[in-house]
Amino acid sequence: MVDNHAVRLDTLVTRTDRAPGSLSDVAPALHQTATFRAADDATFLKMATTARHASYYTRDGNPTISHVESLIAALEGAESCLLAASGMGAMSTAVLGLVRQGDHMVAQRTHYMGTTQLLAEVLPRFGVEVSVVDQLDSGAMEEAVTPKTRLVVVETPANPLLTLTDLAHVAQLGRRHGVLTLCDNTIGTPINQQPLRLGIDIVVHSATKFLGGHHDLMAGAIVGTRALVDQIWRSHVVLGAVADPFAGWLLMRGLRTLALRVQRQNQTGLRIATHLATHPKVACVNYPGLTSHPQHALATRQMPGGFGGLLSFELRGGFKAGNEFVNAMHLPARAVSFGGFESLATQPAAMWAGSIGNSAAEAAGIAPGLIRFAVGLEHPDDLLEDLDRTLAVVERK
Amino acid sequence: MSHQKPGPTTRVLNADHDPADGNSVSPPLHQSVNFSARDMAHLNEIAVPQGDRYYTRRGNPTSSRLARAICELEGAESGLITASGMGAISTAILSLVGAGNHVIGQRNHYVGITELLEKILPSFAIETTRVDQRSVQAFANAIRPNTKLIILETPVNPLMHITDLPAVASLARSRGITTLCDSTFATPLNQQPIALGCDIVMHSVTKYIGGHHDLLAGALVGTNALIQRIWDRSLTLGAIGAPFNSWLGLRGIRTLELRMERHNKNGLALAEFLEAHAAVAKVFYPGLASHPQHELAKRQMSGFGGLLTFELKGGHDAAVSFIGKLQLVSFASSLGGVSSVAVQPAALFGEQLSKEVVEEQGITPGLVRFAAGIENTADLLADVQQALES
Repeated sequence: MVDNHAVRLDTLVTRTDRAPGSLSDVAPALHQTATFRAADDATFLKMATTARHASYYTRDGNPTISHVESLIAALEGAESCLLAASGMGAMSTAVLGLVRQGDHMVAQRTHYMGTTQLLAEVLPRFGVEVSVVDQLDSGAMEEAVTPKTRLVVVETPANPLLTLTDLAHVAQLGRRHGVLTLCDNTIGTPINQQPLRLGIDIVVHSATKFLGGHHDLMAGAIVGTRALVDQIWRSHVVLGAVADPFAGWLLMRGLRTLALRVQRQNQTGLRIATHLATHPKVACVNYPGLTSHPQHALATRQMPGGFGGLLSFELRGGFKAGNEFVNAMHLPARAVSFGGFESLATQPAAMWAGSIGNSAAEAAGIAPGLIRFAVGLEHPDDLLEDLDRTLAVVERK
Repeated sequence: MSHQKPGPTTRVLNADHDPADGNSVSPPLHQSVNFSARDMAHLNEIAVPQGDRYYTRRGNPTSSRLARAICELEGAESGLITASGMGAISTAILSLVGAGNHVIGQRNHYVGITELLEKILPSFAIETTRVDQRSVQAFANAIRPNTKLIILETPVNPLMHITDLPAVASLARSRGITTLCDSTFATPLNQQPIALGCDIVMHSVTKYIGGHHDLLAGALVGTNALIQRIWDRSLTLGAIGAPFNSWLGLRGIRTLELRMERHNKNGLALAEFLEAHAAVAKVFYPGLASHPQHELAKRQMSGFGGLLTFELKGGHDAAVSFIGKLQLVSFASSLGGVSSVAVQPAALFGEQLSKEVVEEQGITPGLVRFAAGIENTADLLADVQQALES
């Protein structure tokens, strides 16, 4: 267990397991092993029959993976964390571990695309119905709950407009109706937002993003009470979306700088959003930290740590301007994902050669000239200069 | 010049070259989750289905190389690497069937597959039937109008039952049913299910292919069409192969043929030695003439592997004492690695399966499952002998 006697997050990320019997390595050892020896048959039986044993078989648990799980749990103020092979592995396993045929779920209209696929395409194939509601409509979620509702899934802030969901409200709804609530906190990060403290039951992360922070590992995390995470674990070991020890080790390493990185990304994100908001070629900017964001007041309440490193903005010159922008920019890379050291930018409307269709794109809030910008760790002045230089060459309209 | 097909090791050393990887002899490790593009048009190009230089959940160059190597050995068109063997089989099944469909499995499977069939699939309205895999007729009798998939696994824990792959594959094909064979215990060196008629082959790469007790991964190989369908669902289920594990898997597969030669030799030598030993009641190993399906094993396998199970006359306590006295062999789960390990199946499976299922699988208290590693044969025999006789 990571010892976390009420220290601040900046300190908590540097903590390691100093329990008796743990190795004295300051940087934790990597247990790149599939299996473990038992001294005798009694020990073997104990290992084989203890749920989530950390040194029996790596699909059940692994010392390196347990170590990073306990740090993530501490960061979210939770009892337990389970690491998975990817963010989608975490989301799918959490959901499939909690629902069964005949159950009903409530979710948001805008989710990460993979989550939407899970909800809209996969779950109905297995007898689970999902109602999707506008997360901005406070009454809609309440209306959608039925006696068969088992789980509510939310995500805040959400792509692509950085729309927020009122977590305290969702948590209360869950309690009132005896329904579990799950929040994807990937974009929030525990530095800025802690859904469990607001009453949400389960948090899911794509640790691939901010937690890992270096574009070099794929992992997901499921965080909550011991009872709930243990329940999900029973499906996890059969569904098999297990994390690998090396990714766990890299994740531990990445978490050491999580507070510093997110704090830098918060500052840079706010500066960039503020600068773009008054730029003549920009129609609007979506960032929870701007007072112009329709839910800015909610953001200050539920994101006390800051407003994050992800923003989007719409160019007045439309699709053509968006294309020109992404092709001309110099510092950010043209790549998907976000949360790492390098700034990234893409034009969502131009992805998959527009295969999602113009009307579907617009319905999802993706304007033709929308740019999604993921802030990295570059000096903010360099990013701002590059932005101005790039905007100078794009068509205005 | 010889017109013979090159051997497995020769082929595996040459099957996975990637020109984009440059000229390092040892494959570079692509630990990156994302890949940058020259411009938006290029970003769209690299985002093609099953492209491996866009986002690692969709594909990764290191994992692609491992998939190609396994395809080469199995004679498959296309392959996918997953986070674990269970990740492979769960993803495959959840890609190919939905609520209201029926899946046929075997009475004896790896314990995780039994749990999938008995607990998880029914909770999502997928019907399952498990049949005695030694009877082709049992498979035929179990087929229903809504049967979509048959899961096969041979040889299998704990009694090394063999499933007649050509017969069941042919039966399934005639009824438009897809077959998936878990060939982990056999490995592509000893058995090629696709050549025998199966549609998809699955491996726990954790075991023999990885071969060094140090990685978890799964593999699915088959036709382009089937693998693309499974790939599509894998994006959502997210049981993605980890690049470092794929890299270790590539390292392991280079020596798979050499290791299997030693595993095959050790398995057979131990099986013959134990069968003749006074302390042993029975040995289960497909390579023994006494195995009830030895003829079938010889037809579909070119070697019989390193895994054997045997019953000690002294029962449970004798088994405990035996494993405790081994010097070279540890109590540990898993199999297929360089070091020999041994367990009692009753301990390994007992807590996960109900009493009825445990008995139905033939797991008696005195059974020992022995996974022979690649130690020198004489050393293993000497160790086993002293543990039996001291």
